[in-house]
Amino acid sequence: MFSNILIYFVVIPVVMLGALALCRGMKAIRTVAVTGSLALLGLSIWVLCDYLEMRAAGIDSPMLFTGSWSWFAPLNINLAVGVDGISIAMLILSSVILLTGSFASWKINPLPKEFFLWLVLLSTGVFGFFISIDLFTMFMFYEVALIPMYLLIGVWGSGNKNYSAMKLTLMLMGGSAFLMLGLIGIYYHSAPEGAPLTWNILEIAQNSSIDKGWQYFLFPMTFVGFGVLGAMFPFHTWSPDGHASAPTAVSMLHAGVLMKLGGYGCFRVAIYLMPEAATELAWIFLILTGISVVYGAFSACVQTDLKYINAYSSVSHCGLVLFAILMLNTTAMTGAIMQMLSHGLMTALFFALIGMIYGRTHTRDITKMGGLMQIMPYLAVCYVIAGMASLGLPGLSGFVAEMTIFVGSFEHADMFHRVFTIVACCSIVITAVYILRVVGKLLFGPVYDDHHRTLTDAEWWERTSTIALIVCVAGIGCFPNFFVDLIKFTFSPEIFAVLGMK
Amino acid sequence: MDYSQFLAMKQEIGVLIVFLLVFLYDTFMPRKGQAVLPLVATVLFGCFTALCFVTPWPDTIDAFAGMYTSSTVIVAIKNILNVGVLIVLIQSMKWANSETTAIRRGEFYELLLVTLFGMYLMISARHFLLFVIGLETASLPLAAMVAFDKHRYESHEAAIKYILTAIFSSAIFMMGLSFVYGLTGSLYFTNIAAAIAAGGTVSGLLALALAFVISGIGFKLSLVPFHLWTADVYQGAPTSVTSYLSVISKGAAAFAFMVILTQVFGAVYAQAWEWMLYALIILTITVGNLFAIRQKNMKRFLAFSSVSQAGYIMLGIMADDAMGTAALMFYILVYVFSNLAAFGVIQAIENASGKVYMDSYKGLYKTNPRLSVAMMLAMFSLAGIPPFAGFFSKFFIFTSAISQGSIAIYVLVLIALINTIVSLYYYLLVVKAMFISDDECVIPTFRSAGSERLGLWITVAGILGLGLISCFYNYLLDITSVI
Repeated sequence: MFSNILIYFVVIPVVMLGALALCRGMKAIRTVAVTGSLALLGLSIWVLCDYLEMRAAGIDSPMLFTGSWSWFAPLNINLAVGVDGISIAMLILSSVILLTGSFASWKINPLPKEFFLWLVLLSTGVFGFFISIDLFTMFMFYEVALIPMYLLIGVWGSGNKNYSAMKLTLMLMGGSAFLMLGLIGIYYHSAPEGAPLTWNILEIAQNSSIDKGWQYFLFPMTFVGFGVLGAMFPFHTWSPDGHASAPTAVSMLHAGVLMKLGGYGCFRVAIYLMPEAATELAWIFLILTGISVVYGAFSACVQTDLKYINAYSSVSHCGLVLFAILMLNTTAMTGAIMQMLSHGLMTALFFALIGMIYGRTHTRDITKMGGLMQIMPYLAVCYVIAGMASLGLPGLSGFVAEMTIFVGSFEHADMFHRVFTIVACCSIVITAVYILRVVGKLLFGPVYDDHHRTLTDAEWWERTSTIALIVCVAGIGCFPNFFVDLIKFTFSPEIFAVLGMK
Repeated sequence: MDYSQFLAMKQEIGVLIVFLLVFLYDTFMPRKGQAVLPLVATVLFGCFTALCFVTPWPDTIDAFAGMYTSSTVIVAIKNILNVGVLIVLIQSMKWANSETTAIRRGEFYELLLVTLFGMYLMISARHFLLFVIGLETASLPLAAMVAFDKHRYESHEAAIKYILTAIFSSAIFMMGLSFVYGLTGSLYFTNIAAAIAAGGTVSGLLALALAFVISGIGFKLSLVPFHLWTADVYQGAPTSVTSYLSVISKGAAAFAFMVILTQVFGAVYAQAWEWMLYALIILTITVGNLFAIRQKNMKRFLAFSSVSQAGYIMLGIMADDAMGTAALMFYILVYVFSNLAAFGVIQAIENASGKVYMDSYKGLYKTNPRLSVAMMLAMFSLAGIPPFAGFFSKFFIFTSAISQGSIAIYVLVLIALINTIVSLYYYLLVVKAMFISDDECVIPTFRSAGSERLGLWITVAGILGLGLISCFYNYLLDITSVI
């Protein structure tokens, strides 16, 4: 079991949990957090190199590094792991954000040890989710990732934290209630009559024995279940409150990684396993995600709290991910994965910066701040870069992702898709409105509060965190082909043919 | 009569031996040695429990012309209950030696062992006469246990409520039995089942008898609408008795309920009791959850939580196959550990400071971090959050229920799942009070007694291990599939 490299994505966080529990003092905690996340980052890069090498050598199984160990044998539950390009991209994203998140919570107070314990438990869930190809373990890790949010927001959050923490937890768990029913339903239809049932995604896809009637029932269950975490309208309302109340690193991880679990799950489970229902029911969810995209962007325009602005912008961007997935063609889906990466990094950068600004000014209200460019030029410049990435400036990650998505969705020639593509495109303009509004008000112009003049610029750990994220954002923007190559195998035409799609 | 038949009842005889030893010790030991009675009783019972695990059991064995039966499944459920009782005994050691209880502590152990003996008979009975004897042996001494804190007014009130409902429900149950006897002419489970199967259709009288039987046991299990005694009794009884009542009594009744429904009335599953149970489950889970939200007293809170948990346990009966039986037994096992962890914390706090209201738990993490973590794990496990054992037991019970495959069962499971969200809300309220609330904690830092700590360590180990380590569930499914 331990000869499989993927297992270490779970082993390392678990070891970190143990080490953290033994830690005394802030220094030890930081050491464990940074060492552990560096190890995870190193591991994911190693897996990436190996993966590319194996693909270059012509190995064409849908998942690599697969392994399966029997767990609850009578129920056919295995601990099955395996990754393809998409999972690897997500693993890298998660480890980058965990690392930068650790730096961003360098001075977390009170109870630093407990904070990191919960944070690492959350990432155990995230990593476990992305390496699993067994529906049961996948779902288990999914829920492991959700519950620490309650305490992370409740204890270390700000503002109306009790309300937000409860709302977020209950809504996400509500989503997973539908999901659990959907998954159990899939299990009972996972194999043709007489053959042994299975929870393994690859085997279910190969059997493709879920008949159409059941797909009509199970597809919405799983899609909505994951969609709640992907902030799909009308189930997005946890997102603004939750993100606004969460402490910095938690907002980063939640918006950056956890919301990606939603999009990833929608693709990997709902669409991959039930392609027929997906093609026929996509229009319902296209409408909902279309609303997410535009409504999120408009909502962001009228907010004055920096975190709310960014949270609504996340609703809009994550809506775009689901929107693109539902287009069900290679280009748009590639764009969706790019958008996941891009949004994950850029929103983490945003939340990190907002946390840093808030830590200095003690307000997040843009009407009570101004002229920060004169006071803290480093942070202000970073904020501008993040903003540019968000509104899709070429050379940064947002542009390539959104471009690919819209090119992909425009491939559909019918009226319905065209109209919705154009509507979704409008969100780019609206994004520009709210980003430029914040940048203008917050960073430029006269200094609003003279007390702010005494504030300092970023410390070294803050610089580390932001620079790492900016490098990644620019990396995707400048070398999109690398990522397209990485994920193209999963979206290769042959696989779409198997799914019965274009 | 062949007296060697008694040897088939090894576990019952074991409990009786423990009971007699405790009784003799209590009666003849001079006052000086009385203080170690809880320890003696616990160690004796621990030895008995261990012995049950290592003894090789025959696959199936019948005695007394088929009135009594034992099998690996029955041995397993009795072992599960034994472990639960052992934890209860460990947790109640300090309470038993407390000032007000000390003079009567012997009775607590004797009554408890007698009720356990009754529950064994309920589980093993294959004839309604033996079953009723077990049922009464399990119920009546419990009333005395509920009234144990005789200086407390609530304890009396609870005992009166308990004894009246117990008698009333037994009466209803026996009314149902008399109908069954009239219809089929036998009280043997197998004969009744054969007669019902031969009859083919469900007569009005049989449906009525079934309704009586279900409501009779429904009282014991506190299924809604027969749950009204639960909260008052749980609140009034001493906490050790409450924890015993909530896990052991409920677990035994749930298993016996399943045996009666599947083995006696199995032939009319689809025609008669599937829909009764369907409605009962929905009512039980929903009402239990909704009432739990409003509770301020921790014991009342857990009373309603246990009402709704009983509804989830019933889902295992809906499955009506080996997988369902295994899921039900596993659920009971996990429920024993999770609920006893919660009661262990409540009891430790009550013994140290006398506080039982949720408001007093505010800020507990600052004063008693370990107890808070144990309580949090218990709440997460009861709510079904992975990687704790409760998640696995819920998942398996839902999986087994759905194996039946009809849309109606999907709807039922969906309702149950949505209810888990409601339950998560109130379990999180406890977590919130302990971890998030900024208020100054009214419970001072204290070191709980060694026995209480031991009890909590065992339950927490169970919460962490029972799910992740798959052999427990696999074993249960293994032995249930054989039959």
